[in-house]
Amino acid sequence: MMLLTIFSGLIVFLMAFGLYQRSRPILAIKPLTELLFSTSWHPLRGEFGFFPFIMGTLWVTGVALAIAVPLCLLTAIYLSQYAHRRVREWTNPLIDLLAGIPSVVYGMWGILIIVPLIKNHIAPFFGIFSTGYSVIAGSIVLAIMIFPIIIHVAVEVFRSVPYEVSEASLALGATKWQTVKHVVIRKAMPGVIAAIVLGLSRAFGETMAVLMVAGNVAKVPSSVFDPAYPLPALIANNYGEMLSVPLYDSALLLASLVLLLVVLFFNIISRVILIRVERSIQ
Amino acid sequence: MSRRNIEENVFKGLMVVSTLIILSTLVLILATVTVKGLPALNLAMITQTPKGGYYLGKEGGVLNAIVGSLYLAGGATLLAISISLVVVLYLNVYAKKDSHLAAFTRFSFDVLWGIPSIVYGAFGFTIMIFFGLRTSLLAGIIAVSLLILPIMSRAMDEVIRMVPEELFDASYALGATRLETAFKVIARQALPGILTAVLVAFGRGIGDAASVIFTAGFTDSIPYSLFRPAATLPLAIFFQLGTPIPEVQDRAYASALILTVIILIISVVSRILTKKFTKHIVK
Amino acid sequence: MEFKTHISVQNLDVFYGTERALKDITVDIPDKKITVIIGPSGCGKTTLLKSFNRLVDSMDEVKVSGKVFLDGENIFDPKVEITHIRKKMGLLSQKPFPLPMSIYDNVAYGPRIHGIRDKKELGRIVEHYLKQSSLWDEVKDRLHAPASRLSLGQQQRLCLARGLAVEPEIILGDEPTSALDPKSSQRIEQRFLELKREYTIVIVTHILRQAMRLADYVVFLYLGELIEHGPAEDILVDPKEEMTKEYIKGIIS
Repeated sequence: MMLLTIFSGLIVFLMAFGLYQRSRPILAIKPLTELLFSTSWHPLRGEFGFFPFIMGTLWVTGVALAIAVPLCLLTAIYLSQYAHRRVREWTNPLIDLLAGIPSVVYGMWGILIIVPLIKNHIAPFFGIFSTGYSVIAGSIVLAIMIFPIIIHVAVEVFRSVPYEVSEASLALGATKWQTVKHVVIRKAMPGVIAAIVLGLSRAFGETMAVLMVAGNVAKVPSSVFDPAYPLPALIANNYGEMLSVPLYDSALLLASLVLLLVVLFFNIISRVILIRVERSIQ
Repeated sequence: MSRRNIEENVFKGLMVVSTLIILSTLVLILATVTVKGLPALNLAMITQTPKGGYYLGKEGGVLNAIVGSLYLAGGATLLAISISLVVVLYLNVYAKKDSHLAAFTRFSFDVLWGIPSIVYGAFGFTIMIFFGLRTSLLAGIIAVSLLILPIMSRAMDEVIRMVPEELFDASYALGATRLETAFKVIARQALPGILTAVLVAFGRGIGDAASVIFTAGFTDSIPYSLFRPAATLPLAIFFQLGTPIPEVQDRAYASALILTVIILIISVVSRILTKKFTKHIVK
Repeated sequence: MEFKTHISVQNLDVFYGTERALKDITVDIPDKKITVIIGPSGCGKTTLLKSFNRLVDSMDEVKVSGKVFLDGENIFDPKVEITHIRKKMGLLSQKPFPLPMSIYDNVAYGPRIHGIRDKKELGRIVEHYLKQSSLWDEVKDRLHAPASRLSLGQQQRLCLARGLAVEPEIILGDEPTSALDPKSSQRIEQRFLELKREYTIVIVTHILRQAMRLADYVVFLYLGELIEHGPAEDILVDPKEEMTKEYIKGIIS
């Protein structure tokens, strides 16, 4: 039993090690900096520059966060501070449901609703031509996908602020919003950051939905209406060819390793913050 | 009205609007899936395998993917249960409270929970190569079971941690060994909660595409062996959407509706179980 | 002794869900005196106190009926601006809860939200009220340190200064010394005795000795009912009701 427990605790290391083993062939002939910062992606010529994909991921993730964070924080504040218990009982299962929808379904929805919306309305409104398959399409879909995790953690964090502290502010004649703005948010700050980072790392690794709407052109995007080709999409899209081109599989598994390490880093940070928050309450 | 009251109302308005936006995305998604999927749905979709290949065939159904998904998620769930149960019972019965091993294991599950499914897929692929496996149901099961292991374990852990200490003591006092205590008393007391954890994990497993794209492959026939490739619903949706043929795309919408309904059923059942569980828990 | 009324409670009922926490309370709280609410725990003392500044009805599932008049105005009237009611009262809770900011900002918080922006003015207010709660000398060199670094006793005096800084008419204390050591408690009590010249003070306590040291007027609650109220020397020395007698005897002996 103990061995199995230790084993399951070590899965993360096992994954990192397994992926590293497989990416060694490419690391043996190319310096890591070239792989990460070169924009030249020509697998048939043996050139594997990840830069466009890394930038694609950053664009899509960044814009998704810009959309999701304000909406989620306002919602979390509403649900934790203002809403009646009955409202919470209604909204919680709905938000859980949002978390349960498979990412291909999100992707399909993006193709059916968001992509045409951008192509026919939003991009023309700014006088830009876009196929709709773009950074912004990926970001909108991603933002919706990370709503549940950010809201869930943020609500927990806001609710963990002792009511007496809010009460102290209210008793001085502050309005509810003044109390939230000056006291609750300040007190909950570390936890709020953790919630955002968890959302960020979820967005970072999301694959299928983004793959379906972001356009997948291996070029660094220069506007939100440009297509992007995020790292996870690259990995998933080329599973078929990767064994027929030399080093291709190694490059893709290296990409997975990079993804794993980045997400691991974000996750560890936010979990450590959350554990601290939990302790400070007890 | 004073400035701060205006501010109060403006922000309260923004909060309500945000909440409504977020809830309306759910409604919009469900509505889209239903409106698009329902006209394309017919009995053949769920009783037949595709005719003429999944990419071009306009006839037949996605039975191969439905059965494949159920096999795959079912197999992965069974594998994950057998590991989770042992680990979680160990954490709660044998390991000392707040021991380093327990804390480390919980932490690593929390971290694993956030790792993208494509990485599980890639890792599953490396295991496949290591053991000389081809894309197969078995490889898919391994990748998905790793994906759902942390979800299931943490959910079970939370449930079992709520079992009151007295129950452990009462069982020991009757002369039961630790193992008996673990399996009989604790597992039974926490059963509904454990079932919920299993269902949630199953739902996650059946809906995930990125982890099986490398590992389980795709086929038009119903899998009959662990070592043959297996089709899955999410990938069926993905591939059918990728064709230029409208009739095939319609089939993707129908498949998405089927998948969403499965997920909805799982979520409703687990919610009912949770309600039941919280009613029976000894506090 | 003649009393001028400051807060007048009339037929106040408070329900938590279906549980009736206060039953038809009618009592007048005298102006510029210390009123002490006594009774065993869970009898509704805190509920009554928090009805005065309407913190009680900010929770889910709470229903209030009846009237509380403050300066002739019913505070449960829907037209009443709730923040104005609360501004008139400073609250000291059981444990000190400093706001998550510096010592200076804690005291300046109230005046700021009520619209005072002028730095000099704020500085003057902070100094004045820190002095009034006899904390100034201990903190004047570290006004911008986080308030959470102060000792519990200091934090409670900071909370007092914070409450006074909004210039209330009334100070509400919910067992304000229960988390403090005897020395700190004594300092807080000393403050109350000095402050009652300018403020109406209402304190909830379950320590009868504290009631005897401080009270001018006593309200005795038992299981949500008002059993007896009157001047301290009547209630504490020679209560009329059997229940009050038993409570006072039980605690003292």
